Amino acid sequence: MNTYGIIAKFDTPVALVHAAEKVRNAGFKDFDCHSPFPIHGMDDAMGLKRSKLGYVIGAMGLTGALFGFGLQTWIHSIAYPMNISGKPFFAYPAYAIITFELMVLFSAFGAVFGMMYFNRIPRFHHPVFYSDKFSRVTSDAFYVSIESSDPKYNAQEVKLFLKQIGGTEIEVLRDEN
Amino acid sequence: MLDNKIKSKAEIRAEKLLPGNQNFTTLTDDIAGVPEDKKAPVQWWLLFGFALSLLSIFVGTLGFLVWEGTGIWGINNPVFWGWAIINFVWWVGIGHAGTLISAILHLFRQNWRNAINRFAETMTLFAVICALVFPGIHIGRIWVAYWFFPLPNQMGMWPNMRSPLIWDFFAVFTYFTVSLLFWYTGLIPDLATLRDRAKTNLKRKIYGFFALGWRGGNRQWQHYELAYLVLAGISTPLVLSVHSVVSSDFATSIIPGWHTTIFPPYFVAGAIYSGFGMVMTLSLVARKIYNLGHIITVEHLDKMAQIMLLTGSMVGYAYAMEFFVAWYSGNQYESFAFINRALGPYWWGYWVMIFCNVIVPQFFWFERYRRHIPFLFITSILVNIGMWFERFVIVVVSLHRDFMPGAWAMYNPTIFDVSIYLGTFGLFFTGFLLFLRFLPMVSIAEAKLVLPESNPHHGHKE
Repeated sequence: MNTYGIIAKFDTPVALVHAAEKVRNAGFKDFDCHSPFPIHGMDDAMGLKRSKLGYVIGAMGLTGALFGFGLQTWIHSIAYPMNISGKPFFAYPAYAIITFELMVLFSAFGAVFGMMYFNRIPRFHHPVFYSDKFSRVTSDAFYVSIESSDPKYNAQEVKLFLKQIGGTEIEVLRDEN
Repeated sequence: MLDNKIKSKAEIRAEKLLPGNQNFTTLTDDIAGVPEDKKAPVQWWLLFGFALSLLSIFVGTLGFLVWEGTGIWGINNPVFWGWAIINFVWWVGIGHAGTLISAILHLFRQNWRNAINRFAETMTLFAVICALVFPGIHIGRIWVAYWFFPLPNQMGMWPNMRSPLIWDFFAVFTYFTVSLLFWYTGLIPDLATLRDRAKTNLKRKIYGFFALGWRGGNRQWQHYELAYLVLAGISTPLVLSVHSVVSSDFATSIIPGWHTTIFPPYFVAGAIYSGFGMVMTLSLVARKIYNLGHIITVEHLDKMAQIMLLTGSMVGYAYAMEFFVAWYSGNQYESFAFINRALGPYWWGYWVMIFCNVIVPQFFWFERYRRHIPFLFITSILVNIGMWFERFVIVVVSLHRDFMPGAWAMYNPTIFDVSIYLGTFGLFFTGFLLFLRFLPMVSIAEAKLVLPESNPHHGHKE
């Protein structure tokens, strides 16, 4: 049987943060901490690097602004230069608003779809969903999962380790493949 | 050990916002319990039936408008802009509170917002849909509404990007899209909660589909939180821009009473004021029907009333300043426009506006009134009546008497002006009631962040 990894339950957010620190210090790389809400300070406890999502959003925002300004310039200077009340064809101050709006629009798409990309969602099947108890993680349970892909992974040792650091309801999850 | 006895600031705050012994489990059960309930409360069905009948009025009027044209409305020469524009500005304004609550209060770390932000965001979505109806139909030819978009077409024709009316379209369209994305992003963890608690396979599949396979891992939360923060950050200037752009529809024209630089901030303050009025009305009704008084507490209502006091007073200041500038400018048309507002044939509209927007919120200086639920309910409705009349005064009263007395006329709405306005309430409430039935009306994940035990530094002395 292929195993995906091992999960262990912790009782409180504080316990989960401490567990994360211990798992990280033990040298594990492929692990995650699951909680019903984002926990303050968890990124540091897990030793995660800063999210790169900001760069995606910035690039999208810039694209939106350039597209907005370019579109308006092209429409009124090249595609259909029409004299309306003697206003200049290249009336750049009047373009500020649509440029801004498209910058915001593109950034928002960058934020949401970028987040989905980095989080690898939508993904409707995942080994953790095979655990019935794990489903409480979206209401009041806190879990650590250590994946079998980690170079330090050894089922017996990981089970023992998770028990030592205070984990309960330890379960081995099979992989879908 | 002393730490256990003396309550920290966070605990005291949490006790006010989530009174009683509430914890992660009870919060999930209470909030998710509403959409999970097999039977909706009787009041829900009554309201839903009422909303559907208004919606049918909306559809009927819209059909007649398309058949007959804008002649069914009371618009005339010189009042070419009537209720359609009033209603548009009114609905967009109502939407503003949603973004203020979800974005600006998030950036300021005002976590009392966590109990009402889902609510307010949903209200924004449906209010903006109602608003977008009016630009789409106000020329009567709804089949050419796509001309708003800069789409290549066989006529080689493009929208005029130098016109505030097209800025307005871009602003409101962007506003709707970004609000939708923000709302949905906030919903993802809660949809996962509903998926994991679902009793039937069908529900699990539907909620699961929209939850996108959320697992609540911190590797997901990390990107999620950044995306949410950035969405809040970009929504903040966006929401301020939207009503500023709406106001420039008026301010860039030469009509006396419209051609003023005070319009953008004055419109934004008024928008937030009316939006909080609507959030107040809806939350008072919902917490009553669903017995959620321990989650949407009197403390929350008090804080909303304070924001209404602030923005209502800003609006009052703007009314006074408009009058002062009209006199100080020495421009006879400008002075006349304002005297005509207060003492002309539509004086009643002006004084309804002053009463509802300037006088009524002053009661909120007193804690007694901020926490008095029947009083809050009546005021919250008066706020939106007042804000509707503000737009009536700005649109109709400025237009009906401009420069030349020979061009003056009175404006009378017809039954179809009224029915399409009432109809948008059908659209709004049908959507909102369906939301209450099928989705969690309070953010389950964010409500938990108010509990002190959600913060791992709780009880630590750094």
